[in-house]
Amino acid sequence: MTDVKTLEDVFQAKVDAEQKIEPKDWMPDAYRKNLVRQISQHAHSEVVGMLPEGNWIGRAPSLRRKAILLAKVQDEAGHGLYLYSAVETLGTSREKTNDDLNSGKAKYSSIFNYPTLTWADIGAVGWLVDGAAIMNQVMLCRTSYGPYARAMVRICKEESFHQRQGYEIMGVLAKGTPEQREMAQDALNRWWWPSLMMFGPSDADSPHSAQSMKWKIKRQSNDELRQIFIDRTVQQAEVIGLTIPDPELKWNEETKHYDWGEIDWTEFNNVIAGNGPCNRERLAARNKAHSEGAWVRDAAMAYAAKKAKKKQAA
Amino acid sequence: MDQHQALLTYCLRRGDDNLILSHRLGEWCGHGPQLEEDIALTNRALDLIGQARNYLQYAAEVEGKGRTEDDLAFLRSERQFVNTMLVEQLNGDYAHTICRSFLYDAWHLPLQQALTKSADERIAAIAGKAVKEVSYHLRTSSEWMIRFGDGTEESHVRAQTALDALWTFTGDLFVQDDVDAILVKAGVVPDMAPIRSAFDKTVETVLAEATLERPVDGHMATGGRQGKHSEHLGYLLAEMQYLQRAHPGAQW
Repeated sequence: MTDVKTLEDVFQAKVDAEQKIEPKDWMPDAYRKNLVRQISQHAHSEVVGMLPEGNWIGRAPSLRRKAILLAKVQDEAGHGLYLYSAVETLGTSREKTNDDLNSGKAKYSSIFNYPTLTWADIGAVGWLVDGAAIMNQVMLCRTSYGPYARAMVRICKEESFHQRQGYEIMGVLAKGTPEQREMAQDALNRWWWPSLMMFGPSDADSPHSAQSMKWKIKRQSNDELRQIFIDRTVQQAEVIGLTIPDPELKWNEETKHYDWGEIDWTEFNNVIAGNGPCNRERLAARNKAHSEGAWVRDAAMAYAAKKAKKKQAA
Repeated sequence: MDQHQALLTYCLRRGDDNLILSHRLGEWCGHGPQLEEDIALTNRALDLIGQARNYLQYAAEVEGKGRTEDDLAFLRSERQFVNTMLVEQLNGDYAHTICRSFLYDAWHLPLQQALTKSADERIAAIAGKAVKEVSYHLRTSSEWMIRFGDGTEESHVRAQTALDALWTFTGDLFVQDDVDAILVKAGVVPDMAPIRSAFDKTVETVLAEATLERPVDGHMATGGRQGKHSEHLGYLLAEMQYLQRAHPGAQW
């Protein structure tokens, strides 16, 4: 007991001194578990997030947009890969992580349970969803677990390109024909509140927050990050002439921040519980890809085994 | 037909081949058999759309009527598309997708290699960049053909089935008409005979290692270069072109 206590003290001292925890370092089981949960959720979000965006690759309205969207979705797949690798450094295999996603045991960001109905949604997803994700990810570049922090540095660079291209799509639509403008405003109306929900419950109701802050996995609270996002995004909306769908949104001279309306947490909890517009489709699509890809993976394994055997015999 | 008209048509053919195949590969996005393949497929789709844009931009310039790459991609109709029939075929299972790419790559690489020596500097430059990408495409599609052929019994059967189904579209890759004749004479494009030999050699080598059988050259489905396609192309264009068609003149 004393030993574990000492180990924990050493661990916490290291965290407090802003030294990174590396895969071979001793860490409390709960820290490991917390990281596996968080990083795998993050990885799943990247992978499931490919579906609503991939939905528009075939209908992208120009060759340039098509190429950008392909590149973006490819980035998301790459992020998924780094993050699954980061999970593996904690001793959990990719198969296990993937099985947990497909069985519905593991979560992914609820935002991807909303549908991309029009082309403007591709703009809104980049601008708002990636914009909200970046808030979290910039913070995670300084997270205490080394492999996660390093993966985040690269991911952030790409995500900021994603955010800019989404905002650019919205800007072009907002300046376009009346139909395009309407499409952009409608997308903002539908994505605004779910984007705010991405930061998670208010600090008081966030089950994992306090411990994660102590371990410096998280460095800023859900509410702090949400506020930065709102302040920034409201100004961006003004620049392109779109209206944030919140009648209570108001600049507060005293706090120097925007005040905003109440988030509908019933909707949030409902989507998390599996009742969003696309929960079933998303999970079904992942399961279908996995089961239909089984023979491909089997073939690759069988061939590799044959090759290895031949090499051994030679 | 004069050389100017032939050059325009040739650029459209190269642009359309790459655009349509890129579109088909993009359909896999998020649905691939493993994450690495999602990355590989989108990578390939990105290379191809880049090549398509190079050729369509050049086509627009050659045409000189103020049309853009997007006008050419999104506002031509089924009969005006001049891609080879192979690339518009449905994705099918992963063996079909890989096999379609393999047959295309085995033709595309020697073609682009030869085009690097084109008397038309612009085409030579486009091909110079494409060669690096297409070499990689052929390498990876060949590796998958071999894995499938010499993998499991199931993968072998799937690969052979795909090969048998798609073989009929290989004839269209090598069709030559006035466009080619004029440009071959001008040193802009290569004669197809050496391209055919290179294709045959690649196919022979890869299929041998994959323990797959080369289908017999029976009836070949041709007509893509004259805009006579399979029924699949109309649906693909309906999807791809819908926003441009629904909002004429809008900027995106």
